[in-house]
Amino acid sequence: MDFVVLGQLLNTTLVFSTALIFASLGGIFSERSGVVNIGLEGLMMFGAFAAAVGGYYAQDAGMGEWAPWVGVLCAMAVGIIGSLIHAVAAITFKADQTISGTVINFLAAGSTLYMVKLFFEGSGETPLIDGFSKVAIPGLSKIPVIGEGIFNSYPTTYLAIILVIVIYFILFKTPFGLRLRAVGEHPSAADTLGVNVNKMRYIGVMLSGLLAGIGGATITLTTTGTFAHNTISGQGFIAIAAMIFGKWNPLGAFGAAVFFGFSQAIRNYVQLFEWSKSIPQEFIFMIPYVLTIIVLVSAVGRSSAPKALGEPYDPSKR
Amino acid sequence: MSRLRKIFATDVYIVPLVAILMGFLVGAIVMLFGGYDPIAAYSALFKRVFGSPYDFGEAIREMTPLMLTGLAVAFAFRSGMFNIGADGQVMIGMTAASVVGIKLGGVLPSFLLVPLAVIAAAVCGGLWAGIAGYLKAKRGINEVITTIMLNWIALFLSNYIVRTFLLLQGQNRSEDNPASLSMTFLFSTFDNARLHWGTVIALAAATFFYVYLWKTKQGYEMRAVGLNPHAAEYAGMNVGRNVVKAMFISGVFAGLAGAGEVLGVFHYQSVFAASPGYGFDGIAVALLGLTHPLGVILAAILYGTLTYGSAGMSFGADVPPELIRIVIGSIIFFIAAQGIVRWVLKPFYFKRKKEKVL
Repeated sequence: MDFVVLGQLLNTTLVFSTALIFASLGGIFSERSGVVNIGLEGLMMFGAFAAAVGGYYAQDAGMGEWAPWVGVLCAMAVGIIGSLIHAVAAITFKADQTISGTVINFLAAGSTLYMVKLFFEGSGETPLIDGFSKVAIPGLSKIPVIGEGIFNSYPTTYLAIILVIVIYFILFKTPFGLRLRAVGEHPSAADTLGVNVNKMRYIGVMLSGLLAGIGGATITLTTTGTFAHNTISGQGFIAIAAMIFGKWNPLGAFGAAVFFGFSQAIRNYVQLFEWSKSIPQEFIFMIPYVLTIIVLVSAVGRSSAPKALGEPYDPSKR
Repeated sequence: MSRLRKIFATDVYIVPLVAILMGFLVGAIVMLFGGYDPIAAYSALFKRVFGSPYDFGEAIREMTPLMLTGLAVAFAFRSGMFNIGADGQVMIGMTAASVVGIKLGGVLPSFLLVPLAVIAAAVCGGLWAGIAGYLKAKRGINEVITTIMLNWIALFLSNYIVRTFLLLQGQNRSEDNPASLSMTFLFSTFDNARLHWGTVIALAAATFFYVYLWKTKQGYEMRAVGLNPHAAEYAGMNVGRNVVKAMFISGVFAGLAGAGEVLGVFHYQSVFAASPGYGFDGIAVALLGLTHPLGVILAAILYGTLTYGSAGMSFGADVPPELIRIVIGSIIFFIAAQGIVRWVLKPFYFKRKKEKVL
């Protein structure tokens, strides 16, 4: 395998990982604040839909290169609105968090397709739009392997990598992050110290909607170009896996997302080799999922979820 | 009369009923926003389900796998686990039923072949779920991740087996399966709707669910583990063993759903283009049914009616059938966030209290 192929492999890995990084970062905000978020899949769907529709109308209005960014903004807004459904049910009305997260998935699947048909005269798919194009960073993109692999990517990929570091910093080095984590570990202690538990949790869930929305948007704006019923198909659940895999830590989740991206990318590359013809394609398709289980069994071990994860906060039980 | 009032005074009945009504209301509002006529749409929906014996039979056919996957998810839930993997377990069950039915078709008489195929589906579905249970019990690995991964692996494994061993020449599906669960004696009554014994199996599974969890010592342990694994451990129960057993039983239910589809409905197995989604419907049914077996049956009836009827809705009133997912999602939302329903009902509760005082 020469360097060019290696660089391309790295590049494809990052393209596949980007959406997962955004969504799993979103999951971290929600779950660190103590609210389970099974709804990432639905939130990504909202984002992918909003990006496709927003991008389409922005393109129509002649915004050219800026149109995809309008799509991203729409995805952020719709993601937040979608996550509020989960927040109201789980935080204010103390519903079972797994259930209200599942509700998001249902509502997203139903309402996005309903609206696509409404907006585009019964079609099951949004019109094809121009998404982001890759941006080469001057100088850095000339480095062998890494230049082709990392510094010649979509703007969303750069954004995702920057956000990993920023969010790590926010979570572990700022008072806000400390409060958010406290609310997820020991809400009554945090309450005693004057932290508004429900407010922090609302913020956590809304940030998860925002980030998962961007995650969904990157899929329509860099990979598919349209939104249809199968645009997300399980990516949100894989993002949840990446979050758990990465032990609710942005750096860990980043590693896990890249790992998933890599195993998807390698699946495409293995097929280029002659020897792979003798292996049934189904076994090649299985690689990412089998690898995940093997890595989990051999390396990661017990998960370390936030202690109050899944428990509605009830001040009277303090 | 007082007895009737007592029934309606209990939240267990009234809250879900009001939640369902509110779900329909949300659907109606969404339809109005889209410029559709909700009354025409809902009547087309129910007319589709109850309009002809054939459609009624097909609706029952639609409800059957929902019941079983709903039971699968609910059973795991009661034991403290979230089984997102019913989908994969259904596929594995289908594949096992196909392999046994087709490979032993010429060898065994049908009174042996059919039960064997059904048992194979149940056991394989159970073992597939058991992998996730085992990894959770032995290595503490979150079952949400493993069941998601196992769904994908099941999809590809099933396709591999069908493509390599069972393929009908020149087509993307298996040979015809000689084992059949069809209720042929009912076909003429329901105008050739594809009714099958899977429905009876599903009802039996629900009965087993109830008796096992609430009437046996093992079931008591399982519920204890589900409610509080640490307390159960202190009480001397083997948490790990219960986790594996609960996942196994959960997978058995899902595997049976697969057997019903292959042996009762299609009589062959296609190469899947994507995940068929039975398991995700099962999650909704389990939640709608408040993870109680009777509730799951009722929820499967509701869910089956709505999804089967949604096709009629799009024919009769031109409403996109996806709308029904909004209705179902809203119903689950209102059932989960019962506070909202109670708030809506508050004026009525108040009235009742006053009556009591008088």
